[in-house]
Amino acid sequence: MNPVYVAGAGMTNFGRSEWSLIKLASVASLSALHHANLGEIPIDAVVVANMGAARINHQTALGSALVDQLALYPAAAEAVENGPASGASAVKVGVQAIAAGMADAVLVTGVERMRVVNGLEGTDFVASLSHPEAEYIYGVTLPSLAGMFARLVMDRFGVERKHLAMVAIKNHENGTKNPYAHIQQTVTMEGILTAPEAIVNNPPIAEPLHLFDCCPVSDGAASIVLVSEAIAERLRCPKIRVAGIGQATDTHAVHEREDPTDLKAVRLASQAAFSMAGIGPSDVDVVELHDAFTILEIAESEAAGFFPRGEGHLALERGETRLDGRLPINPSGGLKAKGHPVGATGVAHLVELTWQLRGEATGRQIEDASVGYACNFGGFGNNVVATVLRREA
Amino acid sequence: MAHVSELEASLRPPGMNMPPYPPKAITLASGEVMVVRQVERDEIPILLEAIYPLLWVERDFYDIVAARLFGELLAYKRYRVKDEYVLAGLIDGVLAGMVNGRLVDQKTGMSYHTLTIRRGLRVGSHLFAAKMEYHIEHCGQEEVLIVAESPIGFRRWMIEYPLEKRFEVQHELGGVPSWVLPRQTYYDAKARLVSGRRPVPEDLMRTAEKIVLPEQEMVVRQVAGEKEEKA
Repeated sequence: MNPVYVAGAGMTNFGRSEWSLIKLASVASLSALHHANLGEIPIDAVVVANMGAARINHQTALGSALVDQLALYPAAAEAVENGPASGASAVKVGVQAIAAGMADAVLVTGVERMRVVNGLEGTDFVASLSHPEAEYIYGVTLPSLAGMFARLVMDRFGVERKHLAMVAIKNHENGTKNPYAHIQQTVTMEGILTAPEAIVNNPPIAEPLHLFDCCPVSDGAASIVLVSEAIAERLRCPKIRVAGIGQATDTHAVHEREDPTDLKAVRLASQAAFSMAGIGPSDVDVVELHDAFTILEIAESEAAGFFPRGEGHLALERGETRLDGRLPINPSGGLKAKGHPVGATGVAHLVELTWQLRGEATGRQIEDASVGYACNFGGFGNNVVATVLRREA
Repeated sequence: MAHVSELEASLRPPGMNMPPYPPKAITLASGEVMVVRQVERDEIPILLEAIYPLLWVERDFYDIVAARLFGELLAYKRYRVKDEYVLAGLIDGVLAGMVNGRLVDQKTGMSYHTLTIRRGLRVGSHLFAAKMEYHIEHCGQEEVLIVAESPIGFRRWMIEYPLEKRFEVQHELGGVPSWVLPRQTYYDAKARLVSGRRPVPEDLMRTAEKIVLPEQEMVVRQVAGEKEEKA
């Protein structure tokens, strides 16, 4: 298998955008292409990740549309829809193309424009990833699944609402250091949990999850340029290798799992990614997790192997996952503060890791970071892609 | 009050004795404390100054809210509206938002506008709740007539309380069919939506004595949503 490198990374602001879907994708792509500085090197293929454009933006065939918008013909073009894991899945498609020798340079762009619909429609659109007969028809939404999951984890492992609040506080703080983040506002334990006014500031969404336990609904796009080793050598840029990529699935309906608190797909995808990279969780310097809900950051940090099961919240409590901690998690602000344009999220994870490994994450740079890990969590844990990036000398 | 000529007096609507709104302090999600207090007539010009740049912000219907609110505040300042009141939310003295309304009669209130400058902290929610608190608890009214001019307002008032339809009544804001918050619905929602502590400590109250205008950059970023594009 041929080695694959990330030569460039870029993104738009996440938040509420007036731009069209294809303009968002184009701006992120141009940013990544500019960062890669390919010169005359052609893009062989374009892969676009997106979940809901057909439904909420009335647009399909996004790969072809982006190629046309950027005049990248005759590059191959396709779109990947894999729920919230679309982003990292699209990256995997790009990696496979280069690893197989079918391409030398691939542009991977994730994009979503969700704020064109109201909150109810948006929630319903995302809920369409749940099991149609076992979950969706009963009114199950992602917040409700996360609420039930949180209740189980809290009962079993002693996680408390204060730990969920700690995730929010940490990621909001990190978000203030990321100019692309949707939310750039710090929050405090008093303001969202302990003050009498906290119930108004932070109302329940799906108990025990409250407003500040949930990511915002965002528009945005993120993009990376993948290249072969030969091109990476020519570019003379920092060599950020896609050292490992793993994917695993689990039952569609969460209640069919033997232990619903066990994020098996995260565990297996992470093991596969680490195995491919030839390293373990202890070698990782910086982590981007899929904290669509605060509880997921804690649970994923354990399932990925960074902390023993049931101890993620204790590591959080000790400050180990802060920017200045032993293992910074979500320096970008995470989905919680950076935002979650669904199809863009998995790519945005790798944009942040690329910047971190190149020493370009101004204001939130993890010193000497050389290995990064990302978890793109699809469905409610039924389709997960884990990726390891490593800086080579 | 200064001497008012007979003609001027005839131009002013007759008023009721409105009780003062007792100030309160609210801890926001950010940990900052917002003082909510009544605005006096002589403070209206500074509010007008804050509103003026928003007259051209289309996002979330700030333009229509700002334009109408400008007129309402001016009418209050110049005694051309019956029984209006204005409340402001101040964080370290800096204006975070404002609400206004008026008393139609002893039983019925008319909610006018809620304008948030400091967004993302549910300032508008808190201020709207303070407005309802004033009508129901302090003025002892039975109901408040309400409309929303933006989808955000609709979610915050019509859905969150929830309000009842009173569509046979045209609201003063454009004749839009009214919604209503009855006294009982207010008390049902109070634990979820109405907060704040009284009395406000003296040192905190001193910070809210003078209304300070927010920095223009913050207003643009928070209200207009015009983040600089990086690409």
